[in-house]
Order: sequence, then structure tokens, then C-alpha cells
Amino acid sequence: MNVEELKRIREKSQKEMDLRSGEKAIKLVVGMATCGIAAGARPVMAAIKDELARQNAKNVSVTQSGCAGFCEQEPLVDVFRPGETKITYGKVNPDKARKIVVEHILEGRVVNEFVFAQDK
Amino acid sequence: MQELSMHILDIVQNSLAAGATQVEIRIRENLAEDILMIEVQDNGRGIPQEVLYRVMDPFFTSRTTREIGLGLSLLKEATERSGGCLKVCSEEGRGTRVMARFQLDHFDRAPLGDMGETVGVIISGNPALDLFYEHQVDGQIYVLDTRGMRNILGPINLDDPLVLDFVRQDIQMGLKKIGAATFPKVMEVLR
Ligand SMILES: Nc1ncnc2c1ncn2[C@@H]1O[C@H](COP(=O)(O)OP(=O)(O)OP(=O)(O)O)[C@@H](O)[C@H]1O
Ligand SMILES: [Mg+2]
Repeated sequence: MNVEELKRIREKSQKEMDLRSGEKAIKLVVGMATCGIAAGARPVMAAIKDELARQNAKNVSVTQSGCAGFCEQEPLVDVFRPGETKITYGKVNPDKARKIVVEHILEGRVVNEFVFAQDK
Repeated sequence: MQELSMHILDIVQNSLAAGATQVEIRIRENLAEDILMIEVQDNGRGIPQEVLYRVMDPFFTSRTTREIGLGLSLLKEATERSGGCLKVCSEEGRGTRVMARFQLDHFDRAPLGDMGETVGVIISGNPALDLFYEHQVDGQIYVLDTRGMRNILGPINLDDPLVLDFVRQDIQMGLKKIGAATFPKVMEVLR
């Protein structure tokens, strides 16, 4: 582990700390059971984190969940936005994930073509 | 699953589902004996003795969303396909240890794959987890541990994008430095 590099990150990141420590209002959850991982959940999660960083989105948390029982639809990504119903995207790949981040997370428009389920 | 690092991500998900707050991933490559060992140890709730013998059976799972549990049985198959074996030890209330052994240079041994992405995804999805990753190739060793990282980073969260980039790059470079095997040698020749 490169300790010097970590120290540099500390310096760099502390300048932006105030911005990042805010409330994480939007929640994304990626299915990470065997069915999800085998279908490609790992690169999807990495793409989501990367796109959020690129877009400088600070108020979004990304976590993992188990199997929801719809294995053939994996990778599944749930989006929770405050005051809105939960949206579940199915068969997500890294490109779709980036589109979901830009259109749904940042611009607030559901990407209907990728939606697998929507809470009523 | 095409990569061993995908299996590792999956086995760690079992640990997290069992409420683990500490997970240790240890990979050892012994060139002289042609052995690759992957161990994942956790401090989760453990597995009751009376079901331990069934955990590698795909028809055993504690999941309620489906009736099969694939993670351990797929890993078992991957070890056996490449002249190895899988062992699971567990003590209720103490934790679980999964030990996967492979023949390092076996034609059917899956490639290691992207350990940087696996560890990065585990950390960014579980920033409070104490994760220790050690990779040894004969005497050479690479180590990453989140406790040490937290000591240096202070108030910065481990799911910070800069930290995630660091983890991916540090592992990639660290593994290259110790000469970690990605593909079995027999495959390298064909590639
Ligand atoms: N680290 C662990 N700690 C506690 N229990 C475990 C652990 N690993 C596995 N188990 C038990 O063994 C069962 C089988 O695990 P396995 O990974 O094969 O399938 P699963 O996790 O149930 O489903 P899947 O992996 O297909 O998503 C689990 O349901 C759980 O009860
Ligand atoms: Mg599992």
C-alpha cells in the first residue's frame, strides 16, 4: 500500500470535504448476490461510482443488496429519490448505468426503457 | 463466473450477509508447489454445525428469495475443475473461513481477473468494514488494509471517489510488482 499517495489524497480531499459531508439524499442500491455478480454487477457498480465522481455528484449513496428473486433480470439497480417511488432498473450494464446516473440521478428523469419495476 | 476475483467478491458478500465487520482476503501463490490458495475469513455469525456439511450443496441456502445457493457450489466447481478443492470451516458466533485451493498452472484454472475492482467495490459499498487484503507470491507480499487507510485519511470516508481510484491503482501496481499470476502459464503461451 502506497502510504505517501494516500497522504496526498488526504490533502487533496480535505479541501473538498465540506462539500462532500452533506446529507446523502439519493440512494442507489446494486444487487450483489451470486446472480447479480455473475450477470455483471461489479463493473456496473464501478461505472456508477465513476460517473457520479465525473459529474461531481455529492449527495448520492451507493450500497449493495442481496438477491431480490428476479435473477434473470440482474444486474438490478434500485433508485430511491426523496418523495418519489422506488424505481428498479433491470439488465443494467455499465453504459446503461452511466445513462441512469446522468438522466435519472442528476436530471430527475426516469429512463423508462430500462425500468424493470416501479413501486406503486 | 469467468474470474476468480468475481468469486472472491461473491464470497465476501456471504460474509457481509452474515453481519461481518471484519473480512480478511489472503491469496498465496506457491510457484514451487504449483498451488494457488485463496482464503476469505470473516467474523460474522458463523454457520451452525448441523448445516455446515451442506453449504457447498446448491440446494442449500438461507436465502428466502430463491431455493438455491450458488456462490459456494460455483467456487467448489471452479477449484475442482483445476485440480484443487474447497473447504469451509465455521464456528457459530465466531466466524467463517473459506479456503479455495487451485493448481496454479492448470489449463482450466480461471484467471485472477481485476482484484482492484473487486476490493474497490467492496470498500465503496461498505466503507465501515475492516477489510484486509494480502497477496503473496513466494516470499513477495502486497498488503492493503482499510484500518491503516483510515488512520492516514482521518475524516475522509473510504467511499470517496479519490480513495476508490487509489485502491484500484494501488492493487494493480502492487500485484504487478510482486509478479502475481493473472492467467495460468499454459494459457499465457497461447495468448
Ligand atoms: N461467511 C458465511 N457466514 C455465514 N453463513 C454463510 C457464509 N457463507 C455461506 N453461508 C451460508 O451458506 C449458504 C450458502 O452460501 P452460497 O454462497 O452458496 O449461497 P447463497 O449465498 O445462499 O446464495 P447465492 O450465493 O447464490 O447468492 C448461505 O445461504 C448461508 O446460509
Ligand atoms: Mg452467496
